[in-house]
Amino acid sequence: MAHDHKLEIFRGLLKFKSNTQKIWGVLIFLSIVTTVEVALGITKPRALTHSHILGMKVLNWIFIILTLVKAYYIAWDFMHLRDEKNSLRRVIVWTPVFLICYLIFILLFEADYIYNVYKDGFLTWNF
Amino acid sequence: MDATVTTGTEDSVWGGGNQPLGASYGKMMMWFFIMSDALTFSGFLVAYGFSRFKFIELWPIADEVFTHVPFFHGNFPMYYVAFMTFILIMSSVTMVLAVDAGHKMKQNRVILYMFLTIIGGLIFVGSQAWEWSTFIRGDHGAVETKAGKILQFVDAESGARLSLADFAKTLPEERVKHEKNDGIWFVSEGYKTSFSLNEVVEGFKANPNIVIRTEQLNEEGHKTVLDRAQSLTQLSHAVQVVEGANLIHNEYGHRLFADFFFFITGFHGFHVFSGVIINIIIFFNVILGTYERRGHYEMVEKVGLYWHFVDLVWVFVFTFFYLV
Repeated sequence: MAHDHKLEIFRGLLKFKSNTQKIWGVLIFLSIVTTVEVALGITKPRALTHSHILGMKVLNWIFIILTLVKAYYIAWDFMHLRDEKNSLRRVIVWTPVFLICYLIFILLFEADYIYNVYKDGFLTWNF
Repeated sequence: MDATVTTGTEDSVWGGGNQPLGASYGKMMMWFFIMSDALTFSGFLVAYGFSRFKFIELWPIADEVFTHVPFFHGNFPMYYVAFMTFILIMSSVTMVLAVDAGHKMKQNRVILYMFLTIIGGLIFVGSQAWEWSTFIRGDHGAVETKAGKILQFVDAESGARLSLADFAKTLPEERVKHEKNDGIWFVSEGYKTSFSLNEVVEGFKANPNIVIRTEQLNEEGHKTVLDRAQSLTQLSHAVQVVEGANLIHNEYGHRLFADFFFFITGFHGFHVFSGVIINIIIFFNVILGTYERRGHYEMVEKVGLYWHFVDLVWVFVFTFFYLV
Protein backbone atom coordinates (compact mmCIF):
# COMPACT_ATOMS: atom_id res chain seq x y z
CA MET A 1 0.00 0.00 0.00
CA ALA A 2 2.61 2.43 1.04
CA HIS A 3 4.88 2.50 -1.92
CA ASP A 4 2.46 3.15 -4.71
CA HIS A 5 1.07 6.65 -4.25
CA LYS A 6 -1.67 8.09 -6.33
CA LEU A 7 -0.17 11.35 -7.39
CA GLU A 8 -2.98 13.27 -9.02
CA ILE A 9 -5.36 15.65 -7.24
CA PHE A 10 -8.40 17.59 -8.48
CA ARG A 11 -9.64 14.46 -10.30
CA GLY A 12 -6.52 14.15 -12.36
CA LEU A 13 -6.28 17.82 -13.27
CA LEU A 14 -2.99 18.17 -11.46
CA LYS A 15 -0.47 15.35 -11.46
CA PHE A 16 2.67 15.50 -9.40
CA LYS A 17 5.96 13.83 -10.12
CA SER A 18 6.62 12.57 -6.61
CA ASN A 19 4.82 12.15 -3.31
CA THR A 20 6.90 14.95 -1.77
CA GLN A 21 5.86 17.33 -4.50
CA LYS A 22 2.23 16.38 -4.00
CA ILE A 23 2.54 17.19 -0.27
CA TRP A 24 3.84 20.70 -1.02
CA GLY A 25 1.15 21.14 -3.65
CA VAL A 26 -1.56 20.25 -1.16
CA LEU A 27 0.00 22.61 1.40
CA ILE A 28 -0.18 25.47 -1.10
CA PHE A 29 -3.79 24.64 -1.87
CA LEU A 30 -4.75 24.46 1.83
CA SER A 31 -2.97 27.76 2.52
CA ILE A 32 -4.86 29.45 -0.29
CA VAL A 33 -8.18 28.15 1.04
CA THR A 34 -7.33 29.34 4.56
CA THR A 35 -6.30 32.76 3.26
CA VAL A 36 -9.60 33.08 1.40
CA GLU A 37 -11.49 32.12 4.56
CA VAL A 38 -9.65 34.63 6.71
CA ALA A 39 -10.01 37.39 4.12
CA LEU A 40 -13.76 36.76 3.89
CA GLY A 41 -13.99 36.58 7.67
CA ILE A 42 -12.33 39.97 8.08
CA THR A 43 -14.04 41.85 5.25
CA LYS A 44 -17.44 40.15 5.59
CA PRO A 45 -18.79 41.34 2.22
CA ARG A 46 -22.32 42.67 2.58
CA ALA A 47 -23.55 40.75 -0.44
CA LEU A 48 -22.70 37.50 1.33
CA THR A 49 -23.90 38.32 4.84
CA HIS A 50 -27.28 39.61 3.74
CA SER A 51 -28.34 36.84 1.41
CA HIS A 52 -29.50 33.48 2.64
CA ILE A 53 -29.68 29.97 1.28
CA LEU A 54 -31.85 27.55 3.27
CA GLY A 55 -31.99 30.00 6.17
CA MET A 56 -28.23 30.34 6.53
CA LYS A 57 -26.03 33.22 5.39
CA VAL A 58 -24.23 32.59 2.10
CA LEU A 59 -20.97 33.52 3.83
CA ASN A 60 -21.45 30.77 6.39
CA TRP A 61 -22.20 28.26 3.62
CA ILE A 62 -18.95 29.27 1.96
CA PHE A 63 -17.04 28.79 5.22
CA ILE A 64 -18.54 25.37 5.84
CA ILE A 65 -17.96 24.17 2.28
CA LEU A 66 -14.36 25.40 2.31
CA THR A 67 -13.86 23.62 5.63
CA LEU A 68 -15.10 20.36 4.16
CA VAL A 69 -12.80 20.86 1.17
CA LYS A 70 -9.86 21.33 3.54
CA ALA A 71 -10.90 18.30 5.57
CA TYR A 72 -11.06 16.25 2.37
CA TYR A 73 -7.52 17.11 1.35
CA ILE A 74 -6.13 16.59 4.85
CA ALA A 75 -7.73 13.15 5.06
CA TRP A 76 -7.03 12.12 1.48
CA ASP A 77 -3.48 13.34 1.06
CA PHE A 78 -2.00 13.87 4.53
CA MET A 79 -3.67 10.83 6.08
CA HIS A 80 -3.16 9.14 2.69
CA LEU A 81 -6.67 7.74 2.47
CA ARG A 82 -6.23 8.18 -1.28
CA ASP A 83 -3.77 5.30 -1.25
CA GLU A 84 -5.87 2.99 0.90
CA LYS A 85 -8.27 0.32 -0.27
CA ASN A 86 -11.77 1.51 -1.16
CA SER A 87 -13.33 -0.65 1.53
CA LEU A 88 -11.19 0.85 4.32
CA ARG A 89 -11.85 4.35 3.08
CA ARG A 90 -15.60 3.82 2.96
CA VAL A 91 -15.72 2.35 6.45
CA ILE A 92 -13.72 5.24 7.87
CA VAL A 93 -15.49 8.02 6.05
CA TRP A 94 -19.14 7.13 5.70
CA THR A 95 -19.78 5.79 9.20
CA PRO A 96 -18.90 9.05 10.98
CA VAL A 97 -20.42 11.15 8.20
CA PHE A 98 -23.74 9.40 8.63
CA LEU A 99 -23.71 9.62 12.43
CA ILE A 100 -22.61 13.26 12.47
CA CYS A 101 -25.26 14.31 9.96
CA TYR A 102 -27.87 12.64 12.14
CA LEU A 103 -26.53 14.38 15.25
CA ILE A 104 -26.46 17.78 13.56
CA PHE A 105 -29.98 17.38 12.22
CA ILE A 106 -31.49 16.31 15.51
CA LEU A 107 -29.74 18.80 17.81
CA LEU A 108 -30.02 21.88 15.66
CA PHE A 109 -33.73 21.32 15.11
CA GLU A 110 -34.25 20.91 18.82
CA ALA A 111 -32.24 24.06 19.53
CA ASP A 112 -34.28 26.05 17.04
CA TYR A 113 -37.43 24.80 18.74
CA ILE A 114 -36.15 25.95 22.14
CA TYR A 115 -35.20 29.30 20.63
CA ASN A 116 -38.80 29.72 19.49
CA VAL A 117 -40.12 28.75 22.89
CA TYR A 118 -37.94 31.42 24.49
CA LYS A 119 -39.04 33.91 21.88
CA ASP A 120 -42.78 33.29 21.61
CA GLY A 121 -43.59 31.04 24.51
CA PHE A 122 -44.47 31.92 28.05
CA LEU A 123 -40.95 31.95 29.37
CA THR A 124 -38.84 35.02 29.23
CA TRP A 125 -35.16 35.10 29.89
CA ASN A 126 -35.26 38.31 31.87
CA PHE A 127 -36.89 36.88 34.95
CA MET B 1 2.92 -21.93 12.53
CA ASP B 2 3.02 -24.98 14.71
CA ALA B 3 -0.62 -25.75 15.20
CA THR B 4 -1.73 -28.92 16.88
CA VAL B 5 -4.68 -29.35 14.59
CA THR B 6 -4.07 -29.11 10.92
CA THR B 7 -7.17 -27.93 9.20
CA GLY B 8 -5.68 -27.52 5.82
CA THR B 9 -6.96 -23.99 5.53
CA GLU B 10 -3.76 -22.13 6.32
CA ASP B 11 -3.50 -20.70 2.86
CA SER B 12 -7.17 -19.87 2.47
CA VAL B 13 -9.17 -16.89 3.66
CA TRP B 14 -9.84 -18.36 7.07
CA GLY B 15 -6.30 -19.32 7.88
CA GLY B 16 -5.53 -16.01 9.51
CA GLY B 17 -2.92 -13.46 8.65
CA ASN B 18 -5.15 -11.72 6.14
CA GLN B 19 -5.50 -8.00 5.83
CA PRO B 20 -8.79 -7.61 4.04
CA LEU B 21 -8.65 -3.84 4.32
CA GLY B 22 -5.02 -3.67 3.36
CA ALA B 23 -3.97 -2.17 6.65
CA SER B 24 -2.07 -3.71 9.51
CA TYR B 25 -3.72 -4.29 12.88
CA GLY B 26 -2.06 -1.26 14.48
CA LYS B 27 -3.05 1.06 11.71
CA MET B 28 -6.64 -0.21 11.69
CA MET B 29 -6.90 0.38 15.42
CA MET B 30 -5.47 3.88 15.03
CA TRP B 31 -8.17 4.55 12.45
CA PHE B 32 -10.87 3.17 14.73
CA PHE B 33 -9.62 5.35 17.56
CA ILE B 34 -9.64 8.37 15.26
CA MET B 35 -13.21 7.60 14.23
CA SER B 36 -14.41 7.43 17.81
CA ASP B 37 -12.48 10.57 18.69
CA ALA B 38 -14.00 12.30 15.67
CA LEU B 39 -17.43 11.43 17.01
CA THR B 40 -16.50 12.83 20.43
CA PHE B 41 -15.38 16.09 18.88
CA SER B 42 -18.47 16.32 16.72
CA GLY B 43 -20.55 15.75 19.82
CA PHE B 44 -18.89 18.78 21.41
CA LEU B 45 -19.13 20.94 18.33
CA VAL B 46 -22.75 20.05 17.74
CA ALA B 47 -23.48 20.80 21.40
CA TYR B 48 -21.91 24.20 20.77
CA GLY B 49 -24.18 24.58 17.75
CA PHE B 50 -27.14 23.57 19.90
CA SER B 51 -26.44 26.31 22.45
CA ARG B 52 -25.72 28.80 19.76
CA PHE B 53 -28.97 28.10 17.92
CA LYS B 54 -30.80 28.29 21.21
CA PHE B 55 -29.44 31.80 21.85
CA ILE B 56 -28.91 32.73 18.22
CA GLU B 57 -29.72 36.41 18.77
CA LEU B 58 -27.46 36.79 21.79
CA TRP B 59 -24.32 34.99 20.69
CA PRO B 60 -21.06 36.98 20.89
CA ILE B 61 -19.39 37.93 17.59
CA ALA B 62 -16.05 36.11 17.48
CA ASP B 63 -14.41 38.95 15.56
CA GLU B 64 -15.01 41.25 18.51
CA VAL B 65 -13.76 38.74 21.06
CA PHE B 66 -10.46 37.55 19.61
CA THR B 67 -8.84 40.77 18.46
CA HIS B 68 -5.36 40.57 19.87
CA VAL B 69 -2.00 39.68 18.44
CA PRO B 70 1.03 39.30 20.73
CA PHE B 71 3.43 42.27 20.76
CA PHE B 72 0.97 44.49 18.86
CA HIS B 73 -1.62 46.87 20.16
CA GLY B 74 -4.83 47.48 18.34
CA ASN B 75 -7.68 45.65 16.78
CA PHE B 76 -6.65 42.69 14.65
CA PRO B 77 -9.46 40.19 14.41
CA MET B 78 -8.56 36.69 13.23
CA TYR B 79 -4.96 37.26 12.24
CA TYR B 80 -3.56 35.36 15.17
CA VAL B 81 -5.88 32.38 14.75
CA ALA B 82 -5.02 32.31 11.07
CA PHE B 83 -1.39 32.16 12.08
CA MET B 84 -2.12 29.28 14.48
CA THR B 85 -4.00 27.42 11.75
CA PHE B 86 -1.10 27.87 9.40
CA ILE B 87 1.37 26.58 12.02
CA LEU B 88 -0.71 23.47 12.53
CA ILE B 89 -1.07 22.79 8.79
CA MET B 90 2.66 23.35 8.42
CA SER B 91 3.47 20.84 11.17
CA SER B 92 1.10 18.44 9.45
CA VAL B 93 3.14 18.82 6.29
CA THR B 94 6.42 18.10 8.06
CA MET B 95 4.72 15.04 9.55
CA VAL B 96 3.73 13.71 6.10
CA LEU B 97 7.27 14.39 4.94
CA ALA B 98 8.53 12.34 7.90
CA VAL B 99 6.20 9.47 6.95
CA ASP B 100 7.34 9.74 3.35
CA ALA B 101 11.02 9.70 4.39
CA GLY B 102 10.19 6.69 6.60
CA HIS B 103 8.88 4.76 3.61
CA LYS B 104 12.19 5.41 1.92
CA MET B 105 14.06 4.35 5.09
CA LYS B 106 15.91 7.64 5.38
CA GLN B 107 16.53 7.84 9.10
CA ASN B 108 18.07 11.30 9.18
CA ARG B 109 15.27 12.87 7.18
CA VAL B 110 12.70 11.32 9.53
CA ILE B 111 14.58 12.75 12.51
CA LEU B 112 14.64 16.23 10.98
CA TYR B 113 10.97 16.25 10.00
CA MET B 114 9.80 14.78 13.31
CA PHE B 115 11.78 17.50 15.09
CA LEU B 116 10.12 20.23 13.02
CA THR B 117 6.72 18.68 13.68
CA ILE B 118 7.32 18.76 17.43
CA ILE B 119 8.41 22.41 17.24
CA GLY B 120 5.25 23.28 15.29
CA GLY B 121 3.11 21.52 17.86
CA LEU B 122 4.79 23.39 20.71
CA ILE B 123 4.30 26.75 19.00
CA PHE B 124 0.63 25.90 18.54
CA VAL B 125 0.09 24.90 22.17
CA GLY B 126 1.93 28.02 23.30
CA SER B 127 -0.26 30.20 21.09
CA GLN B 128 -3.33 28.57 22.51
CA ALA B 129 -2.13 29.26 26.04
CA TRP B 130 -1.62 32.90 25.11
CA GLU B 131 -5.08 33.03 23.55
CA TRP B 132 -6.61 31.59 26.70
CA SER B 133 -4.83 33.99 29.00
CA THR B 134 -5.88 36.98 26.87
CA PHE B 135 -9.46 35.73 26.90
CA ILE B 136 -9.44 35.14 30.65
CA ARG B 137 -7.87 38.52 31.40
CA GLY B 138 -10.50 40.30 29.35
CA ASP B 139 -10.53 43.43 27.34
CA HIS B 140 -12.91 46.27 28.16
CA GLY B 141 -14.91 44.97 31.09
CA ALA B 142 -18.69 44.93 31.43
CA VAL B 143 -21.44 44.66 33.98
CA GLU B 144 -23.82 41.78 34.47
CA THR B 145 -27.51 42.16 35.28
CA LYS B 146 -29.56 40.11 37.65
CA ALA B 147 -30.83 38.04 34.73
CA GLY B 148 -27.26 37.26 33.71
CA LYS B 149 -27.19 39.59 30.73
CA ILE B 150 -24.00 41.40 29.86
CA LEU B 151 -24.00 45.17 29.36
CA GLN B 152 -21.03 46.71 27.60
CA PHE B 153 -20.17 50.38 27.28
CA VAL B 154 -19.70 52.35 24.08
CA ASP B 155 -19.09 55.94 23.14
CA ALA B 156 -22.40 57.52 22.10
CA GLU B 157 -20.95 59.37 19.10
CA SER B 158 -18.28 57.10 17.65
CA GLY B 159 -19.75 53.80 18.80
CA ALA B 160 -16.28 52.70 19.94
CA ARG B 161 -16.02 50.34 22.89
CA LEU B 162 -15.07 51.93 26.21
CA SER B 163 -13.17 50.23 28.96
CA LEU B 164 -14.28 50.53 32.55
CA ALA B 165 -11.07 52.37 33.34
CA ASP B 166 -12.02 55.08 30.81
CA PHE B 167 -14.91 56.37 32.83
CA ALA B 168 -15.31 54.65 36.19
CA LYS B 169 -14.98 56.96 39.18
CA THR B 170 -12.72 56.21 42.02
CA LEU B 171 -14.88 56.45 45.09
CA PRO B 172 -13.56 56.64 48.63
CA GLU B 173 -14.82 53.17 49.44
CA GLU B 174 -12.97 50.17 50.55
CA ARG B 175 -13.62 46.89 48.88
CA VAL B 176 -12.65 43.84 50.81
CA LYS B 177 -12.39 40.51 49.16
CA HIS B 178 -14.49 37.98 50.99
CA GLU B 179 -12.34 35.22 52.39
CA LYS B 180 -13.42 31.87 53.71
CA ASN B 181 -12.25 32.66 57.21
CA ASP B 182 -14.48 35.69 57.74
CA GLY B 183 -17.84 34.15 58.36
CA ILE B 184 -19.57 32.16 55.71
CA TRP B 185 -16.97 29.56 54.84
CA PHE B 186 -18.80 28.05 51.89
CA VAL B 187 -19.00 31.36 50.03
CA SER B 188 -15.90 32.60 48.34
CA GLU B 189 -15.18 35.30 45.83
CA GLY B 190 -13.33 34.17 42.77
CA TYR B 191 -11.71 37.39 41.78
CA LYS B 192 -11.79 41.04 42.64
CA THR B 193 -12.58 43.45 39.84
CA SER B 194 -10.60 46.64 39.43
CA PHE B 195 -13.74 48.76 39.96
CA SER B 196 -16.75 48.19 42.14
CA LEU B 197 -20.21 48.26 40.60
CA ASN B 198 -20.90 51.51 42.39
CA GLU B 199 -17.86 53.16 40.86
CA VAL B 200 -18.88 52.07 37.37
CA VAL B 201 -22.47 53.26 37.83
CA GLU B 202 -21.40 56.64 39.21
CA GLY B 203 -18.90 57.08 36.42
CA PHE B 204 -21.58 56.22 33.88
CA LYS B 205 -23.98 58.78 35.35
CA ALA B 206 -21.29 61.46 35.31
CA ASN B 207 -20.48 60.97 31.60
CA PRO B 208 -23.49 61.76 29.41
CA ASN B 209 -21.87 60.57 26.21
CA ILE B 210 -21.67 56.90 27.20
CA VAL B 211 -24.36 54.43 26.26
CA ILE B 212 -24.88 50.73 26.77
CA ARG B 213 -24.54 47.97 24.23
CA THR B 214 -26.57 44.83 24.90
CA GLU B 215 -26.02 41.27 23.77
CA GLN B 216 -28.99 41.38 21.42
CA LEU B 217 -28.08 41.22 17.72
CA ASN B 218 -30.09 43.48 15.43
CA GLU B 219 -31.06 42.78 11.82
CA GLU B 220 -27.73 44.08 10.59
CA GLY B 221 -25.96 41.48 12.70
CA HIS B 222 -24.55 44.09 15.07
CA LYS B 223 -25.07 44.34 18.79
CA THR B 224 -27.91 46.65 19.80
CA VAL B 225 -26.86 50.01 21.23
CA LEU B 226 -29.39 51.60 23.57
CA ASP B 227 -30.04 55.31 23.96
CA ARG B 228 -29.10 57.15 27.13
CA ALA B 229 -32.44 56.76 28.93
CA GLN B 230 -32.72 53.05 28.19
CA SER B 231 -29.10 52.64 29.21
CA LEU B 232 -29.77 54.11 32.63
CA THR B 233 -32.75 51.78 33.17
CA GLN B 234 -30.72 48.76 32.10
CA LEU B 235 -27.83 49.76 34.31
CA SER B 236 -30.11 49.86 37.33
CA HIS B 237 -30.51 46.08 36.94
CA ALA B 238 -26.77 45.51 37.12
CA VAL B 239 -25.57 43.39 40.00
CA GLN B 240 -21.87 43.03 39.40
CA VAL B 241 -18.83 44.03 37.38
CA VAL B 242 -17.33 41.41 35.08
CA GLU B 243 -13.79 41.53 33.81
CA GLY B 244 -12.56 38.81 31.53
CA ALA B 245 -14.10 35.42 31.14
CA ASN B 246 -14.34 32.31 33.25
CA LEU B 247 -16.77 29.43 33.47
CA ILE B 248 -19.40 31.47 35.32
CA HIS B 249 -19.07 35.03 34.00
CA ASN B 250 -18.05 36.26 30.60
CA GLU B 251 -17.61 39.92 29.78
CA TYR B 252 -17.83 39.24 26.04
CA GLY B 253 -21.43 38.07 26.15
CA HIS B 254 -23.19 34.82 26.73
CA ARG B 255 -21.43 32.71 29.34
CA LEU B 256 -21.97 29.51 27.34
CA PHE B 257 -19.67 30.96 24.70
CA ALA B 258 -16.83 31.02 27.21
CA ASP B 259 -17.74 27.57 28.55
CA PHE B 260 -17.63 26.00 25.12
CA PHE B 261 -14.51 27.93 24.20
CA PHE B 262 -12.67 26.58 27.21
CA PHE B 263 -14.05 23.10 26.79
CA ILE B 264 -13.56 22.56 23.07
CA THR B 265 -10.30 24.41 22.51
CA GLY B 266 -9.09 22.94 25.80
CA PHE B 267 -9.91 19.42 24.69
CA HIS B 268 -8.28 20.07 21.36
CA GLY B 269 -5.23 21.62 23.03
CA PHE B 270 -4.99 18.53 25.21
CA HIS B 271 -4.93 16.43 22.04
CA VAL B 272 -2.17 18.59 20.59
CA PHE B 273 -0.25 18.30 23.83
CA SER B 274 -0.53 14.51 23.96
CA GLY B 275 0.32 14.44 20.25
CA VAL B 276 3.52 16.33 20.99
CA ILE B 277 4.39 13.89 23.78
CA ILE B 278 3.78 10.87 21.53
CA ASN B 279 5.77 12.53 18.75
CA ILE B 280 8.66 13.06 21.16
CA ILE B 281 8.62 9.39 22.15
CA ILE B 282 8.63 8.30 18.52
CA PHE B 283 11.30 10.90 17.75
CA PHE B 284 13.65 9.31 20.28
CA ASN B 285 12.81 5.86 18.98
CA VAL B 286 13.80 7.01 15.51
CA ILE B 287 17.07 8.43 16.83
CA LEU B 288 17.78 5.17 18.65
CA GLY B 289 17.21 3.31 15.41
CA THR B 290 14.31 1.20 16.67
CA TYR B 291 12.48 1.35 13.36
CA GLU B 292 15.63 0.92 11.36
CA ARG B 293 16.06 -2.43 13.13
CA ARG B 294 12.39 -3.26 12.76
CA GLY B 295 12.71 -2.73 9.05
CA HIS B 296 9.83 -0.31 8.62
CA TYR B 297 8.63 3.04 9.90
CA GLU B 298 4.97 2.20 10.31
CA MET B 299 4.96 3.61 13.83
CA VAL B 300 5.77 7.04 12.42
CA GLU B 301 2.84 6.60 10.06
CA LYS B 302 0.51 5.75 12.94
CA VAL B 303 1.40 8.78 15.06
CA GLY B 304 1.24 10.73 11.83
CA LEU B 305 -2.40 9.72 11.46
CA TYR B 306 -3.12 10.96 14.96
CA TRP B 307 -1.27 14.21 14.33
CA HIS B 308 -3.18 14.89 11.11
CA PHE B 309 -6.40 14.13 12.89
CA VAL B 310 -5.61 16.86 15.43
CA ASP B 311 -5.05 19.22 12.51
CA LEU B 312 -8.33 18.09 10.95
CA VAL B 313 -10.23 18.83 14.14
CA TRP B 314 -8.65 22.28 14.33
CA VAL B 315 -9.94 23.06 10.84
CA PHE B 316 -13.47 22.51 12.14
CA VAL B 317 -12.92 24.31 15.46
CA PHE B 318 -11.49 27.26 13.53
CA THR B 319 -14.56 27.43 11.30
CA PHE B 320 -17.17 27.07 13.98
CA PHE B 321 -15.54 29.22 16.67
CA TYR B 322 -13.91 31.97 14.68
CA LEU B 323 -15.48 32.20 11.24
CA VAL B 324 -19.16 31.27 11.22
